[in-house]
Amino acid sequence: MSNKELEPLQDPGLPAHAHRKADHDEAAANRAERQVAILFLLSALGTVLFIYSYIFIENNLYIYIPILGNQHAQQLFLGLGFAIALFFIGAGAVHWAKTLMSDTEVIAERHEMRSSDEDRAAFIATVKEEAGAVGLGRRSLIKRSLALSLGLVGISPLLLLRDLGPLPEDALNKTTWDEGVHLVTDPGNRRLRPEDLEVGAVAHVLPEIEHPEHRSLNSIAKDALLLIRIRPEEFRLDAEKLSWTYQGIIAFSKICSHMGCAVALYEQTTKHLLCPCHQSTFDVPTGAKVIFGPSARPLPQLAIKVDEEGYLVAAAPFNQAVGPSFWERKK
Amino acid sequence: MRAARERVAGSVANFVDERTGAAKFLKKSLNKVFPDHWSFMLGEIALYSFIILLLSGTFLTFWFVPSQEELIYNGSYVPLKGVKMSAAYASTLDISFDVRGGMLMRQIHHWAALLFLAAMVAHMMRVFFTGAFRKPREMNWIFGVALITLGIVEGFLGYSLPDDLLSGTGIRIAQAILQAIPLVGTYAAFFAFGGEFPGLDFIPRIYTVHVLLLPGIMLGLITVHLMLVWYQKHTQYPGPGRTEKNVVGYPLLPVYMAKAGGFLFIVFGVTAFLGAVASINPIWVFGPYTPTQISAGSQPDWYMGWLDGLVRMSPPLESHIFNHTISWNILIPGLIVPGIMFTGLALWPFIESWATGDKREHNLLDRPRNAPSRTAVGAMAITFTIVALINGGNDIIATHFSLTINQIMWATRISIFVLPPLAYVITKRICLALQRADRDLVLHGRETGRLVMLPHGEFVEIHEELSPEEAWTRTSHEQLAPIPAAGIDANGVRAKGVLKDRIRARISKGILQEQIAKPTAKDKLEIGDGHH
Ligand code: HEM
Ligand code: FES
Repeated sequence: MSNKELEPLQDPGLPAHAHRKADHDEAAANRAERQVAILFLLSALGTVLFIYSYIFIENNLYIYIPILGNQHAQQLFLGLGFAIALFFIGAGAVHWAKTLMSDTEVIAERHEMRSSDEDRAAFIATVKEEAGAVGLGRRSLIKRSLALSLGLVGISPLLLLRDLGPLPEDALNKTTWDEGVHLVTDPGNRRLRPEDLEVGAVAHVLPEIEHPEHRSLNSIAKDALLLIRIRPEEFRLDAEKLSWTYQGIIAFSKICSHMGCAVALYEQTTKHLLCPCHQSTFDVPTGAKVIFGPSARPLPQLAIKVDEEGYLVAAAPFNQAVGPSFWERKK
Repeated sequence: MRAARERVAGSVANFVDERTGAAKFLKKSLNKVFPDHWSFMLGEIALYSFIILLLSGTFLTFWFVPSQEELIYNGSYVPLKGVKMSAAYASTLDISFDVRGGMLMRQIHHWAALLFLAAMVAHMMRVFFTGAFRKPREMNWIFGVALITLGIVEGFLGYSLPDDLLSGTGIRIAQAILQAIPLVGTYAAFFAFGGEFPGLDFIPRIYTVHVLLLPGIMLGLITVHLMLVWYQKHTQYPGPGRTEKNVVGYPLLPVYMAKAGGFLFIVFGVTAFLGAVASINPIWVFGPYTPTQISAGSQPDWYMGWLDGLVRMSPPLESHIFNHTISWNILIPGLIVPGIMFTGLALWPFIESWATGDKREHNLLDRPRNAPSRTAVGAMAITFTIVALINGGNDIIATHFSLTINQIMWATRISIFVLPPLAYVITKRICLALQRADRDLVLHGRETGRLVMLPHGEFVEIHEELSPEEAWTRTSHEQLAPIPAAGIDANGVRAKGVLKDRIRARISKGILQEQIAKPTAKDKLEIGDGHH
């Protein structure tokens, strides 16, 4: 079946060992010894540099090195000292091995991994005998009940993990936004009037809360909004979505509908919102429809209006969950 | 002096042996033979960078505070003074700016992590392309795949720890993948994060996983991996004097030990040098994590980049069935494709031996050209990953080569289907061409470029015959024949499972039929000496 029968070329066998210079020339060997010693001493110098840098270089000293630019001097020289100290120990050892240690190749025999047939037979016999002695084959009640309890005992550690976190319940569908909640700037926590936003401008917005200094990242991760103003006639929205805007101002969740990054880039000329994570691109006039990238849904839009004092407030909670999709998410 | 030293060594050895009987085992071990080849060092680099990670990581734990509790920064990095941030981020700033050598250690740790994964991948490619995973080494291949997988996770968790803007974005994406799993995803995410994203629990939790759980498991796997290499003895490249039944190389002591030990220091020295001069992950530039900001052009480490690239090129697919959502745009690139890739990788030794019908032990490595189909499959997988990786950096590439993201996205979306099969075909052709070149070399010798004029005026080039050693290296491999299309017995009756057998015979034919017959002693004789 293989080419074997066709008689391959002959294996000439391991070539004769070629001796190195240092093997027979005492002077060459001594030279090699000196080279190795120099390499080891270089390493010692590296450690001296390391210790010097640790103790004597000021922490706030920066120096300019071509190509590298401004460098923190202490960290640079600590590192160089360390690198030299380590590298030359290695270089010395390898040079030593290559020039002075025996370099004759040796041949060792291999054995097949498989045990010998007698060993295998003996092993199987032992197993059978042991199994017979325990009587597992006969005592099926023991076998089954043991299997049952072994299976069940695995549940306990899993159950113990239950308290890692609360159940999701309705949490992902809720945000702080509700009718009448003021829109405030992020950062700054200042309320906004429509006049604060020129056409073409974008504002980053959070809901007003009593103690903004205690605002949790959890709530920010769901509440963050983008407020964008375009000319009202540029909207191409259905009547309901249009009624959620105010004088050309439209509010979208800033949390990407793909995997939850901050949709941070607004391109004024094209009126596109871009998420830098995977470049999902949302078209503002059409209600943040996805025009490019992997996201499958528009950014949720928040209905807004102004209160009697003329500040922008939410007109209703979000009508859907914000952020990335999840199994229980309703369309 | 020398006599005294020997006496001490002797009595120590005696003490140990009388209590453990170690001498017998050690005598055998010290005579272990290790074949020498540069490509056998790749695994060593992986091992050494792992050791460096253990050492530098332990140093970092002395100052790192794994907590998402908020505080106001008041360390010596002026631009962030007075900024609200997590204790994890603040402590990473402290390590960087207030602990002498702390920045160096962070950078060594991070460079070693990149090196660790790069070395594992390179090592895996060496093992793959030379067929070192074949029986009896399939188990070690699986341990290797497990180590790479854990290494990727470990690296990801590592750069998530500092809680800077970049790493927080990575965690957000991981959370979204978890949450996208049908049925249990939302629960899994709530359990992992102790509630909603980001919560206060995640960093303390992944800290334990990063410094204890995964390093522990990896240490165990590495130990078993090395014990198996030891026990099964190293494979070797084909060559004169090298057979399936022997191993030719250097003894453990002193040469191999000195070289390997020296090499550990060299690898450590190189990572220290990188840590000294090449800034990596400057978390103080990114700022602390907040869900409303993002650094443009954010890039994960390279070993995650291909995943990111797959996610980016995914089509915007989502299904809504009975009030439930299935995010194909996350599941396919984030879980399904990588799942298929890693499962295929782990099972490859069995797939191959099934397809070729070769169930024997192999201790001699293949030259990649002599296993054209395997080499081509490898090239295909690498091409796939590189296309994905390129798309993972599409924003960077777009700005550097003034292309639009749109162009790159479509180019890679098409390439990911077209280029891998193309790579397969081309690689296979190249392998066969190399086989042909080998055959020519063995039969006709090497061109010397020297011309001689024959008596009747014709010029011919002198060909120098290969040495017997070289000729042997190029011909010692065996060429398997395809499995015959079995299933129909002598009476023309179809046996059970015929379809399976036929498929297998087909595959085996595809893999094994195309080979350039290697020269035999007879071929060589026929050509004779007169030929130049
Ligand atoms: C085995 C493979 C390991 C890999 C691939 C790995 C990878 C990483 C990476 C990429 C970082 C981010 C570093 C940065 O740029 O700030 C990191 C951080 C860290 N790692 Fe590891 N690591 C490993 C093992 C360990 C071990 C064994 C320990 C401790 C015993 C450890 C302790 C830490 C600590 C405390 C941090 C956070 C401090 C900081 O980022 O400065 N790591 N790891
Ligand atoms: S998270 Fe926005 S595109 Fe992926």
